[in-house]
Amino acid sequence: MDKILRVNMTDLTTKLETVPAEWAGLGGRGLTSTIVAAEVPADCHALGPNNKLVFAPGLLTGTAAANSGRLSAGAKSPLTGGIKESNAGGTAAQMLARLGIKALIIEGLPKEDKWYSLHVNMDGVTIQEETELLGKGNFAVIEALEARLGKKTGILTIGPAGELKMTAANISVKDPDSKIRSHGRGGLGAVMGSKKIKFITIDDTGAPKVQIADPEKFKTAARTFAKALLDHPVSGEGLPTYGTNVLVNILNEAGGLPTRNFTTGQFEAHDKISGETMHDTIVARGGKPKHGCHAGCIIQCSQVYHDKDGKYVTSGFEYETIWGLGADCCIDNLDDIAKADNIMDDIGIDSIETAVMFGVAMEAGILQWGDSKEMLRLLTEEIGKGTALGRILGGGAGSVGRTYGVTRVPVVKNQGIPAYDPRSVKGIGITYATSTMGADHTSGYTIATNILNVGGHVDPLKKDGQVELSRNLQIATAAVDSTGMCIFIAFPALDIPECLPALIDMINARYGIALTGDDVTNLGKHILKVERQFNIEAGLTNKHDRLPEFFKTEPVAPHNAVWDFTDEEIDEFWNF
Amino acid sequence: MHIKVKLFATFRNGRFKEAGQERQEGTNCRKIILELGLTEEEIGIILVNGRHASLDHLLQDGDTLSLFPLVGGG
Ligand code: SF4
Repeated sequence: MDKILRVNMTDLTTKLETVPAEWAGLGGRGLTSTIVAAEVPADCHALGPNNKLVFAPGLLTGTAAANSGRLSAGAKSPLTGGIKESNAGGTAAQMLARLGIKALIIEGLPKEDKWYSLHVNMDGVTIQEETELLGKGNFAVIEALEARLGKKTGILTIGPAGELKMTAANISVKDPDSKIRSHGRGGLGAVMGSKKIKFITIDDTGAPKVQIADPEKFKTAARTFAKALLDHPVSGEGLPTYGTNVLVNILNEAGGLPTRNFTTGQFEAHDKISGETMHDTIVARGGKPKHGCHAGCIIQCSQVYHDKDGKYVTSGFEYETIWGLGADCCIDNLDDIAKADNIMDDIGIDSIETAVMFGVAMEAGILQWGDSKEMLRLLTEEIGKGTALGRILGGGAGSVGRTYGVTRVPVVKNQGIPAYDPRSVKGIGITYATSTMGADHTSGYTIATNILNVGGHVDPLKKDGQVELSRNLQIATAAVDSTGMCIFIAFPALDIPECLPALIDMINARYGIALTGDDVTNLGKHILKVERQFNIEAGLTNKHDRLPEFFKTEPVAPHNAVWDFTDEEIDEFWNF
Repeated sequence: MHIKVKLFATFRNGRFKEAGQERQEGTNCRKIILELGLTEEEIGIILVNGRHASLDHLLQDGDTLSLFPLVGGG
């Protein structure tokens, strides 16, 4: 029987609850957002006693469905002040699903100045006081916990940034190699830190297999689905070969690679940080060009990056991180960017927010453009140690902009704008503006259609069709984020007609239900509306669905494009 | 006319990264693609001077043609 685990940090009690009927058909983002909207007062302080941190595996997590092992984390975000869902790979989601845990809800704040950990197993969840691992980085936490509880233990942990409640702090999830994947965006690490939980461990010993209502039907659908993933050139070949970082050269050629804190659209040294260069470097040094963030991923966009001596530096080395520290900060040293990626994993801070922040920090004169050594020092010595400067930096791009009086601050709803210039790739600008999450490329990835010719083509430099494109993708994404699927299944889903029906068939076979394509679209719409309503009650209205002013007034080379949507055109997004 | 051709990802294997070429006026993207030993099906993105273009697009003196296989990320 599926269950809800509830942890009250105020009186240090835990409860095992049955799943209310209205939550039974939900998982992942659909469930975390529904719970947050239902139980968290929208106007509460995100770091106060009334916020709740919710973890939920997706509807298909724990099954044999390819790429279904992602975990959603939700809460009110201390960064945006609105609702947040952030999903990540790693081993935790599948363990929770096997344990029949539909959601883990953490509420309240401890009365005493003590730190705790949670342990989840077949019997439920328990709270222990924790002293030993306080102040430790995430890699040390994982190592110590594997020694304490065994190699197979699932782990969710926060680093020093989360303990210090920095609004760019993330939650780290142990991956199958005992390295780290992250619930990166929106400062959920600070929420976990506010509840004084250093880590959550999971032991799925004795857990039964996930029940499938119609195993034959499931098998057939799972096979069709996996075939679509492998047949599509992007998910079957492009992503495993070059990872997401192949985008550096594509966006650079298309003039949409934000460079030098969004002042131009092309980076002179793009080749030094490109996916092609990275691939050759990884192969030459004996790293792994392809790698999965969880068992059952057959796309394998991740990779393992080694240094010159063939020693591990980082994995899950994403385009957005490399773009941000690279082009946006004018750093052309991929090895230093890889080191920074590792440090960010260790101190537990979002690599997108932090990369965007460094672009603003360079503009503010805190460090010089391209100074990768000083960037590494600021990460370790200031952010990692929680100095006064470190806390300002750890608050993200908006925090640094406000503190230093910078006017070119690329954020929406105070969350840093990633990797694609909204002036020259206009569809993604609509997503940044309207997403309930703040600037978030994954919530409606128009790059697929604007740049990559997946799902047709909509000219990135024109306004036509962008609102509709972003709306359709945001609706579909909200639904996909509820299944536990990695969003990269969208590439085959947009082009191969059998892909989406197979996904729906798997859900139907798993639960013995009969959802149609329309039901799934309606689910996506419903989730967006629930999230939007929460945001409105929290004070984020359509006036916050806007890009920063400088995008309208500063044309970006090489196309001299500006952000030219009117407010009314943007607001059209919500007409569904 | 003189054009610049840039290749990316797997298209570079056994070919080049960037090359200047002399061409007759009125050459379209398809002709160059086929002469490189690439097929239309392999082509993911064609950019001419950073703008998306079709196979039939006629190139002009001084153009930069960038070719990508179907790749992606995010
Ligand atoms: S494709 Fe990449 S992000 Fe998606 S599940 Fe696989 S490794 Fe994780």
